Amino acid sequence: MTQTVDQIFVLGKHWLLEYVPIAAKPIVSAVLSVIPIMVAFPLLFAITTWLERKGLGRMQNRLGPNRTGPMGLWQPIADGIKSLTKEDIVPLTADHVVHFLAPLLLVAAAFLAYAVLPVGRNMVLVNLDAGVLFFFAVGSVVELAVFMAGWSSRSKYSLLGAMRAIAQMISYEVPLVLATVAVIMQSGTLSTVEIVERQAGYTGLLPHWYVFTPWGILGFILFMIAATAESNRSPFDLPEGESEIIAGYYIEYSGFKFALFFLGEYLGMFATSGIAITLFLGGWSAPLSVLTFIPSWIWFFAKLLVLICIFIWIRGTLPRLRMDQLMSFAWEFILPMALINMFVAGVWHFMASGFVRWIACATLVIVPCVVLSALLKRKKKLQLRTYSFAE
Amino acid sequence: MLGEGIIKGLAETARNFFGSYLTKERLTTVQYPEERLPQNEAFRNFPFLVFDGADSEAGLRCVSCHICEKECPPKCIFIEKSKDKKPDAVGKPQFYPVVFDIDVSVCMSCQICVEVCPFDAIKMDVEYDYPTEDRFAALLFNKHQLAKSNDYYHQIHPTEASAVDAALAAERESAAAKAAATAAAAAKTAAAKVSAESRAVKASPDSAVESITEPPLSGGDGL
Repeated sequence: MTQTVDQIFVLGKHWLLEYVPIAAKPIVSAVLSVIPIMVAFPLLFAITTWLERKGLGRMQNRLGPNRTGPMGLWQPIADGIKSLTKEDIVPLTADHVVHFLAPLLLVAAAFLAYAVLPVGRNMVLVNLDAGVLFFFAVGSVVELAVFMAGWSSRSKYSLLGAMRAIAQMISYEVPLVLATVAVIMQSGTLSTVEIVERQAGYTGLLPHWYVFTPWGILGFILFMIAATAESNRSPFDLPEGESEIIAGYYIEYSGFKFALFFLGEYLGMFATSGIAITLFLGGWSAPLSVLTFIPSWIWFFAKLLVLICIFIWIRGTLPRLRMDQLMSFAWEFILPMALINMFVAGVWHFMASGFVRWIACATLVIVPCVVLSALLKRKKKLQLRTYSFAE
Repeated sequence: MLGEGIIKGLAETARNFFGSYLTKERLTTVQYPEERLPQNEAFRNFPFLVFDGADSEAGLRCVSCHICEKECPPKCIFIEKSKDKKPDAVGKPQFYPVVFDIDVSVCMSCQICVEVCPFDAIKMDVEYDYPTEDRFAALLFNKHQLAKSNDYYHQIHPTEASAVDAALAAERESAAAKAAATAAAAAKTAAAKVSAESRAVKASPDSAVESITEPPLSGGDGL
């Protein structure tokens, strides 16, 4: 019974495929796999916008949207209708073709990333041998879309926003990939499905997730920080900082194209959260061995929702970073820590398992972290500013 | 250690998040159309016309003197005077407005019309939400829409309305006294005339009688 519920979507697909002629089977199979992804994640996007507005409201002691439907639940639908009926304005001097293509490319790239994401047992679109590599390759297309949007609009603000976005995304893509390297070293594979299967075992009650190792927890934190920066979310939302450059690279977009940017950004956030779950949090596996009767896809989406809530919580808490803080944090703290993390993962691999390994690796993680943060703090020199020209 | 402040901040937002569900005092939002903040007594928005009694036609205090129309800075008042007369709030026969329109889309809520009105006929209302799809015709209020009872005036501005009522009562009293005195004087004059006619000789009794019986005018009698 548990097996059937766990595999219900897979079985359903096979049942549907039996009614399809053999010649059409490959294409119908692909469509049947793609459609749930195209439905589930935009639906999650709608829920997230509602959750975010409600959550942020509560954090600021407000009520959040509560006019459309019970507890404002139809707010995403109202927003969708609004953005569909709005006028689509394209600047006269904009490069029309690139301006039109940028949001499409962003959303397409965000959707492509889901191809290698195992959302449940046997539930992955394609089990690529180089799945992780594919994910990051597709993820970096987002940068191209962002720059297309910023450049083609022919506006100073959008170009500035795009420049900031590129600088930030390139800076944080390095630690993002380096944090995953530790996992790849440990699991010995680039396939996302196999990485999850390596973590699916249990010792007593506890699972073998990589986040429960010294290098895993550090890797996870570094990965999440980098993922926040990659998805341009607060506190790394300089590219679209509303109070400085209004909306950054998509300032010249309106109506549904603007909504597409929004969708693309959230889809990117879900995808990076999904890959973080796959790499560190055991993918679709249950957190305790006694809870394995709950279907695997429920576990995946539960973990995803928890990560989304953490993203919202962070957004409700932290103010925006300054450009120099952003860069120095990336290159002087995150990058060295990611490199050290790779070394610790190597040490972990070659030491005999036991209590000593745990202590040694934990020390190897904590000491550099303390030293680097002390160095980062010491560098701060506060002084009176002298203005040479503004007299 | 890096990140201590972040953890403190996260704890604070979490406290706010859960606290907003537990204690109602944290949520200061007023859900506007359903809930409203209590209004200040001195609050004002657009003018309205006061009438006494139950009938808004008969009890209207306005005597159509056009002062407010002339004083209105944005010229949002339009009045048309009647041909006949009806008794006003004090009891004197006066003209009344056949048409009294205020365009509230033009009105700037300056209260000058209220300050210049010698009859306490126009006052400031506290209604402020007139949502409409027609911004021209629906915001041009006519006499019937503007006329509101004295009880309503008491409800929205109690202190001011009591003062106005006291002044009006004093005026009515003095008018009644004056009317009685004039009636008495007329009767006396008639009697004197009768007696003068009968006696045929006496030096100017009319002027002497008038100077004695005429009561001093109380202030604020106006026009």
